[in-house]
Amino acid sequence: MPATVITYIIRRLFAAVVLLFIVSMITFAIFFVIPKLGGGTPETLASRYVGRAATAETVRLTAERLGFYDPILVQYGHWLKGIFVGADYDYGPAVDHCPAPCLGYSFRTNQPVLPDLLDRLPVTLSLASGAAVLWLLAGISVGTLSALRKGSVLDRMSMGVALAGVSLPIFFTGLISLAFFSYQLGWTAPGGSYTPITENIGDWAYALLLPWITLAFQFSAQYARLTRAGMLETMNEDFIRTARAKGLVERRVVVKHGLRGALTPILTIFGLDIGLLLGGAVLTESAFSLKGLGQYAIDAIKNYDLPKVMGVTIMAAFFIVLANLVVDLLYAVVDPRVRTA
Amino acid sequence: MNSKRLVTAVAAGAAVAMALSACGGSTGGNSGSGESGFNAALDKTLNPSEKKGGVIKIANAGTWDSLDPGETYYGYSWNFLRLYGRSLVMFKPAPGGASNELVPDLAEKLGEPSDGGKTWTYKLRTGIKYEDGTPVTAKDVAYAVLRSTDKETFPNGPAYFEGFLNLPEGYKGPYKTPDMDTSSAITTPDDQTVVFHLKEAFGGFDYMAQLPQTAPVPKAKDTGAKYKEHVLSTGPYKFDKNEIDKKFNLVRNDQWDQATDPNRKALPDGYEVEMNVNADDIDNRLINGDLHIDIAGTGVQPASLSRVLGDPSLKANADNPTIARLWYTSINPTVAPLDNIDCRKAIEYATDKTSYQTAYGGPFSGGDIATTIMPPLIPGQEKFDLYPAGADGKGDMNKAKEALTACGQPNGFETNIAYRAERPKEKATAESLQQSLARVGIKLTLRAFPQGDYFSQFAGNPPFVKANNLGLVVNGWGADWNDGFGFLSQIVDSRVIRETGGSSNTSVRIPEVDTMLDAAIAETDATKREAMWGDIDKRVMEEAVILPGVYAKSLLIRGKGLTNVFVSEAYGMYDYLALGAS
Repeated sequence: MPATVITYIIRRLFAAVVLLFIVSMITFAIFFVIPKLGGGTPETLASRYVGRAATAETVRLTAERLGFYDPILVQYGHWLKGIFVGADYDYGPAVDHCPAPCLGYSFRTNQPVLPDLLDRLPVTLSLASGAAVLWLLAGISVGTLSALRKGSVLDRMSMGVALAGVSLPIFFTGLISLAFFSYQLGWTAPGGSYTPITENIGDWAYALLLPWITLAFQFSAQYARLTRAGMLETMNEDFIRTARAKGLVERRVVVKHGLRGALTPILTIFGLDIGLLLGGAVLTESAFSLKGLGQYAIDAIKNYDLPKVMGVTIMAAFFIVLANLVVDLLYAVVDPRVRTA
Repeated sequence: MNSKRLVTAVAAGAAVAMALSACGGSTGGNSGSGESGFNAALDKTLNPSEKKGGVIKIANAGTWDSLDPGETYYGYSWNFLRLYGRSLVMFKPAPGGASNELVPDLAEKLGEPSDGGKTWTYKLRTGIKYEDGTPVTAKDVAYAVLRSTDKETFPNGPAYFEGFLNLPEGYKGPYKTPDMDTSSAITTPDDQTVVFHLKEAFGGFDYMAQLPQTAPVPKAKDTGAKYKEHVLSTGPYKFDKNEIDKKFNLVRNDQWDQATDPNRKALPDGYEVEMNVNADDIDNRLINGDLHIDIAGTGVQPASLSRVLGDPSLKANADNPTIARLWYTSINPTVAPLDNIDCRKAIEYATDKTSYQTAYGGPFSGGDIATTIMPPLIPGQEKFDLYPAGADGKGDMNKAKEALTACGQPNGFETNIAYRAERPKEKATAESLQQSLARVGIKLTLRAFPQGDYFSQFAGNPPFVKANNLGLVVNGWGADWNDGFGFLSQIVDSRVIRETGGSSNTSVRIPEVDTMLDAAIAETDATKREAMWGDIDKRVMEEAVILPGVYAKSLLIRGKGLTNVFVSEAYGMYDYLALGAS
């Protein structure tokens, strides 16, 4: 690998770390500053983490335990310190040590956040990767065929289906497909099914088949339309005419020259999509009751669980940054013009 | 009780329901439950059976507050906890009203009061063991109660014990103040006897003794806030695997002895519980037999409501119990002109009660029109109506106008009404009141607030209420247990109002009611006590500071393949202790 590329990667990784800090600061500020602007006090914040009809003393003790009486910067400092040197947590009879990098303990469940995130990551990873394979295959092939047979019945039909795919939200298609394929026909696994790939690859695929298809249906629709537009534009370029004039077979013209040129914008979108999904496919995980990062995020937000929100936000930001870095590097592979530049 | 969902999912669910109704119920014919019928499980046991075996599958759309008996405060959790924990006393596992009876569980018999109700003694049954074979002693019960008073470690649990026990000044639980003498609050003269010493007499202490907080915890195995990861069982089932907020399963506890337990049958071989399951998917799975219980017990989602009620075969497998919950609106006398009782009465008279009921979903999923604070399930509830809304329930305009004239506002007045932004039914209620009160010139402006901070920062925060003219606050309350104290103490006692906010009581500040509450609490004669709760209800209604809306109901689906199915009035849902799997 050339030294310039290595320098580029290091520079991007450094920028990513800075970005993660900024994201964490903004999340922290949103959590504390906005309620404060609305007149919130440490006690009103703490009252979210107590049972109903809690006494004033319980609320005060909770505010104290969660450190809400400290200035916001000090609280942020404690959280940051946990990442570098770990943190201690008093659980009653003894003190637990959360080793670095410690993203804190949940305000509500008292569980350390990082192990929870890592525990849920394989679910989201499985969901996103399987669906990505499906939607890339389906989206690009349908888009290419549509472009090559512009105006045909196939083109109109596939673009119609694509429009439906983009328009239908996943919590709708997810529940409908569960009700029909799982409960009426019994072809697919019911909601909430998941078997780790390490335990049984067949069960893993069976449990995720419907979520994959549902998620891929929506994304492949976008990709089909994008590919079609890109291909239509590329196939009218001069270099395509040159390729044909050279006597290349049509398949080679389409795949090696046409599709390759049309892939660049698709790759950009793919980087963003996969990054976002790895941070949590919120709606799909909710519809199919999958215990991944998306559901973790929803649960954290519903319960005002700041350490969990911070953890999942940072992980999502990390994946977006990482996916974009990989995509930027792949540009050079896909598009020779980037390489020469 | 906790039930927060994606609003969007509701809309989607409605579409799903329509699509499924169109599909025609090929999965219908849901009649596997023998003598089924709508509301059949309200007062009798369906599919009675002694057959053991099978696994009951349970789903929860949310998560538990805690599995620790010392910290949990959800009704369904108290119902379910009896499978792995035994408290001193429990509600009888019986259909309908019989479930309100308290029966001894860990104790041999109900508590014996002395010193005028200030001291309560319980004798433990012999032969009860933890899952590891260690015998349960009275010291474990005392320790369990004392640890639950550490609200820094267990902030979610009920705070009754620290309020009533005569604990020494500065006591912070056994972790932080381990050497403090607590004999002024709890003593254990021998291994089988535990004695509670209260600050003041409390006639209904057995209700407190049924709280899961009295389920024993051995000091040597206590891991504080982490104890919920593995609670040591005293019931017929113990935890096998427990992944907090994801799933857990219970298997048989071989140390549980049926001879020590007249209340449990322990029919299934185990329970599988999944959390964070899509609420609409739960309904579909219940109907299709892939799931036995929706643990929250709050009823089907709006999307499934019309589907269940519209399909006779599905309806025949559903129950529509009334629960001990009141949906109401607080009328704040701290906000002018509602400091004048006649202005408050004008609101009571002008309210369209039928419209209020519709806002909550009508008679099936909403409930029955309420005229009192205590729901009918609470012993001592007396049916009265101080502000009749007419035969059609649409309000009495003449009386309302008379009241307005009496309060010096003949043309009406303006005030604000608060509701929780995330609750469409509360918004509908606010709109309903806006329309019905406008008929007599009372102009309401709707103010939505986030439910997470509703009581702490906004509608339950007295300075905020006053500064923002929140004359009306849409509210609701469910009983901790079916008794006047369990229902009333947090919503009509002025002493629970905190200037810093956080109380559900936003409008009742009547010193006379506080005195009446104290007298009822101290009364050890149950019949006299119940009559006193009824008097308190009436006295508060006379002041017109609460506008009762509906006595809540829910629509529950019976899981396919369950035996011994019945609704427990004590919990307002199916009794989870008696169920078996056919």
